[in-house]
Amino acid sequence: MGVKRPIFLFFIIILLAITAVFFVYPKFSTPFDWLAKKLPWKLGLDLVGGTHLIYEIDMNQVAGVDRDSVIAGLRDVIEKRVNLFGVAEPSIVTAKEGDNYRLIVELAGIKDVKEAVNQIGSTPLLEFYETSEVGTSTQFIPTALTGRYLKGSQIDFDQTTGVPQIALQFNDEGAKIFEEITGRNVGKLVCVSIDRQINDNDCATVQEKISGGKAQITGRFTPDEAKRIVSRFNAGALPAPINLISQQLVGASLGQESLKKAIYGGFIGTLAVMVFMIIYYRTRGIFASLALLIYTALTLAILKLFSATMTLSGIAGFILSIGMAVDANVLIFERTKEEIKKGLTKVSAIEEGFKRAWPSIRDSNVSTIITSLILYFFTTSFVKGFALTLLIGVLVSMFSAITITRTMMRVFVKK
Amino acid sequence: MNLIKYRYIFFFISTVLTIVSIAAVFIYGLKPGIDFTGGTLWQIKLTNTDLAQTNADINEKIKNVFENELNVKNATVYPESESQSYLIRIGHISEEQHQQYLTALKNKFGDMEELRYETIGPTIGKELKGKAVWAVILVILGISLYVAYAFRKVSYPVKSWKYGIITLITLFHDVIVSVGALALLGWKFGVELDTKFIVALLVIIGFSVHDTIVVFDRIRENLLLDSGRKDLKEIINDSVRQTFVRSVNTSLTLVLTLLALFFYGPLSLKYFVLLIMTGTIIGTYSSIFIASPSLLFFRNK
Repeated sequence: MGVKRPIFLFFIIILLAITAVFFVYPKFSTPFDWLAKKLPWKLGLDLVGGTHLIYEIDMNQVAGVDRDSVIAGLRDVIEKRVNLFGVAEPSIVTAKEGDNYRLIVELAGIKDVKEAVNQIGSTPLLEFYETSEVGTSTQFIPTALTGRYLKGSQIDFDQTTGVPQIALQFNDEGAKIFEEITGRNVGKLVCVSIDRQINDNDCATVQEKISGGKAQITGRFTPDEAKRIVSRFNAGALPAPINLISQQLVGASLGQESLKKAIYGGFIGTLAVMVFMIIYYRTRGIFASLALLIYTALTLAILKLFSATMTLSGIAGFILSIGMAVDANVLIFERTKEEIKKGLTKVSAIEEGFKRAWPSIRDSNVSTIITSLILYFFTTSFVKGFALTLLIGVLVSMFSAITITRTMMRVFVKK
Repeated sequence: MNLIKYRYIFFFISTVLTIVSIAAVFIYGLKPGIDFTGGTLWQIKLTNTDLAQTNADINEKIKNVFENELNVKNATVYPESESQSYLIRIGHISEEQHQQYLTALKNKFGDMEELRYETIGPTIGKELKGKAVWAVILVILGISLYVAYAFRKVSYPVKSWKYGIITLITLFHDVIVSVGALALLGWKFGVELDTKFIVALLVIIGFSVHDTIVVFDRIRENLLLDSGRKDLKEIINDSVRQTFVRSVNTSLTLVLTLLALFFYGPLSLKYFVLLIMTGTIIGTYSSIFIASPSLLFFRNK
């Protein structure tokens, strides 16, 4: 191998590392500012503080084919609700677990969780019922018409009595369903319910088939109530009922404390590893330590580039990978020592050490890679962050321990 | 260092460790965390500094509020001295109950900050448990397949599948001792068997195997080079000596970062880190002192 190539490679690595540092830690104004701004660190709720809510979606009343559209509608509605109280970048995702449908809402940095939970959960559920008389009692039969077909609503006052009432306007599909329902129920009672409560006043005898998709709910509201319900309807009524089944809240102060401590712990850990390597392996330890620093910058840059959400567990996985990253260097240096004992020159012993240690490096990383892949694909958020950073860490470390350390040693170790 | 000569001492130590660990699990049991059973974990910090009572006193009082005023049985309350807060564990509750309890506590103790509040319903708990079990099964399966692959080449005088069996026995040894350590931590500090611990266990499994594989790789390499000239005992001794520094240094660097995290890192990761550390040390010990000498038992006669 010529002398020029390792020097060339060395400068590329250094350049890459410097770029990575500025990208990861944009403290000074650099040409990479736009990128750093475009891709800021994404911090998990456990580090910035916030709420993680899991809702179960009750799909009992929804036909199988409609479920996807109900989920999409539900997501949109909740998003509108959440935006009403101004959370920066809320995350709302839906998930299917076996036969259950879930809605997962993450709100970063919100103070009044009580209010948030109330607003999300108590968005009124609008349903229409047909009735049939069984003996003396009235049975309510749910219809296909629900809040998901609602286009808008407004508050009205009865011309003569001045009682507030809510005017509903359905979309085209909803209008058609409403037309069918009223068509087949002429002379019978049809009821509208909010949040599963049916009041006598909410039922009306259908006089004739109603087209045009307009309906009214009358007679049970104070003006304030009516106003609140209308504003909620306009943010969207829930197309299916939801149920809060899990809630996690991390106070902002605990989150920031955790972040500070994790970074500090990681810093001390890295320093300790570097000190150990330099004391034990001297010059080679310096190369390994430099490679470790470059490794840290590169891994962080990759994590940031892919917008991986950094959670506490993710940081733990990364710090763990720092401890494991020098393993490859240790394997190589021990091998090099043996080759020197066998009588090889320093330079060829180093080359031989890198070559011979490779199978061990590969083998010893495979088990960690298997573990982190399985953890990533088969578990939940706490673990995913950990698995991802550990996996990326291990992969980068295989590159850094070999390419970076070898390049540096080729450049600096004299024949 | 003559490892083979003293192998029975190491076998004895490991047998004792294993028995103690199993006994610890049976005597103290493993406390499943709320993410597996469903339940509530609530960490509060009292901001009213006028309270002159000692921590233990407030601890009791919080417990009393739950048991007498709110009629919540089985509430446990731990003080957490470092952040001067209290950890409350109760069953799964709704948001209305949460607010009701919060009001009751505020009435009694003045203003407080909710550092953390987690409530997990039983369905989610069951799901997480299922996922954890699957992850453990898949990791053990994946690692076993990998071990079979790594030792696929036949070698003399120890058949290749025997390396695999010993690797797995060593793995179970490490896992059992780590679970034993958790049982002790649970008894002493209320540490629970939760998702975090499952992750720690899987990391330990990965580490245990990779350490053993590196030592075994060297033994097989030396067997090819020296067979005929040296006997198996000598080759095992040589191989362990050659990989000893690597094994120790590698776990030492890992232990150094873990120690830094343990002492300076966030509180919520403390026991997670401690368990991985225990597993790392046990894994290194077993790959050197247990796995390699075990090969002698499996030698082809």
